[in-house]
Amino acid sequence: MDRQYISRLNSTYAVASFRLAWLCAAAVCSAPLHCAEAGIAPPALERRAALTGMVRQDCGSCHGMTLKGGLGPALTPAALTDRPAESLVVTILSGRPGTAMPPWRNFLSADEAAWIVDQLQRGVLDEK
Amino acid sequence: MKNELGRVINAIVLCLGCLGCLGPGLPAARAEVGVVVERASGSVQLVDNDTRAALARITGLGDLSHASLVYSKDARHVFVFGRDGGLSKIDLLARKTVKRTLQAGNSIGGAISRDGRLVAVANYEPGGVKIFDAETLEQLAEIPSTYGSEGKRSKVVGIADASGSRFVFSLFDADEIWVADLSEPRAPRVRKFRNIGRQPYDALITQDGRHYIAGLFGEDGLALLDMNNLDGGVRRILGGYGQGEEKLPVYKMPHLRGWAMAGDLAFLPAIGRHEVLVVDRRDWRAVATIPVHGQPVFVMARPDGRQVWVNYAFPLNDTVEVIDVAALKLVKSLKPGKTVLHMEFTAPGDEVWISARDDNKLVVYDTKSFARLAEFPADSPSGIFFAWRARIMGL
Repeated sequence: MDRQYISRLNSTYAVASFRLAWLCAAAVCSAPLHCAEAGIAPPALERRAALTGMVRQDCGSCHGMTLKGGLGPALTPAALTDRPAESLVVTILSGRPGTAMPPWRNFLSADEAAWIVDQLQRGVLDEK
Repeated sequence: MKNELGRVINAIVLCLGCLGCLGPGLPAARAEVGVVVERASGSVQLVDNDTRAALARITGLGDLSHASLVYSKDARHVFVFGRDGGLSKIDLLARKTVKRTLQAGNSIGGAISRDGRLVAVANYEPGGVKIFDAETLEQLAEIPSTYGSEGKRSKVVGIADASGSRFVFSLFDADEIWVADLSEPRAPRVRKFRNIGRQPYDALITQDGRHYIAGLFGEDGLALLDMNNLDGGVRRILGGYGQGEEKLPVYKMPHLRGWAMAGDLAFLPAIGRHEVLVVDRRDWRAVATIPVHGQPVFVMARPDGRQVWVNYAFPLNDTVEVIDVAALKLVKSLKPGKTVLHMEFTAPGDEVWISARDDNKLVVYDTKSFARLAEFPADSPSGIFFAWRARIMGL
């Protein structure tokens, strides 16, 4: 089910460079220098604060403010560790049909979603 | 003579002093007292909506994001249900936590039995309901929400108190509604209703205790259980209510517990759409649709049923609108502050208190003139709960 869904999304979003950019961003965005090398600018400091607030508060209304889960699943590093960053970025931007997860692309750029995924996978955002 | 006057003055001062000493302790059991959840700091504020005073702050209550609370029957205590599974009992007179237990890993809300003896908590992790002695917080029973053949446990939502020591709740993952009879608190008897509709996400019980209604996220319509006729089973109502053919993204689940019942009319938040639905309670037929500013979260009736107030989901959550019930249309739009999460009327309904989370404040409005009467600082405020709730079934 998951695999089908992801493969469908892959065909939908099959612009290779786009995917590569997400992958790189998610993998190495911890260091701004690496982000620059990957061609992705990490969000400006102010925007990072806004994104962090959004994750805790607005994502938090389903996933829990501490991201340990609610009606939606937990977004802790342990819960996300085996999930490819790329598919998580797609989930954030496009939502997951058949579930309560809405698309957030009207509020986030792909780079910002990639930054969020990286932060979540490293457990930066779930600290109070 | 002078001495005598002095003695009289001294006596008066002494009396006033005594009143002063007693004063702060007195308001706690009155209907004018309220508790405000400060979601980010794990604290609650005790307020008085008559004198508009902040009376005290009680801290150390854990993760209060999506926290709710219920009052004891005498309104002396509140039971706070934290997201982290914390269950805290606060004495409003003593202004402190008197009992606290971490009863689960992830919790969504709770209820208190009609007789006030039992507190029930609905849990996501591990899924199920736990029953506690309201006096001691001793756990009396656990009802695991096990379903299907693999022994999985569902997240439990929409728990409400019903007549005769019963609690009713919905199983989000199992599409079931369960009614637990706690006549013998240590030996619950559970009646299960299956296939009630996909993904019940919240529910309410009407104030007369007659109807339990669950909202369905996975399909259109609502699940209705007549608590006076359980043999009649769950039936589906309002088939047209829901996301419809073209599903719209929902940025925050509507809350059903605040559903507005005004006379024979019920006002419901649409799911995803920018609408409030008006339904005739006698036959559950939709009678009107009112276009509004955003996706409604709380749709609440003023106690006299003449106004309905609505707040909205992200990103349109800086606005509150007022519907005139007689005219069935919007009559006022207000901007109380950033990220409005909840509204609570005073018992007579002359004022409404509104929490603006990202402005860290509570705003008080006159519901007749819509004048802004007062503001209070509060730390990321969410739910506001006034003590009149102690007398109302399902709150």
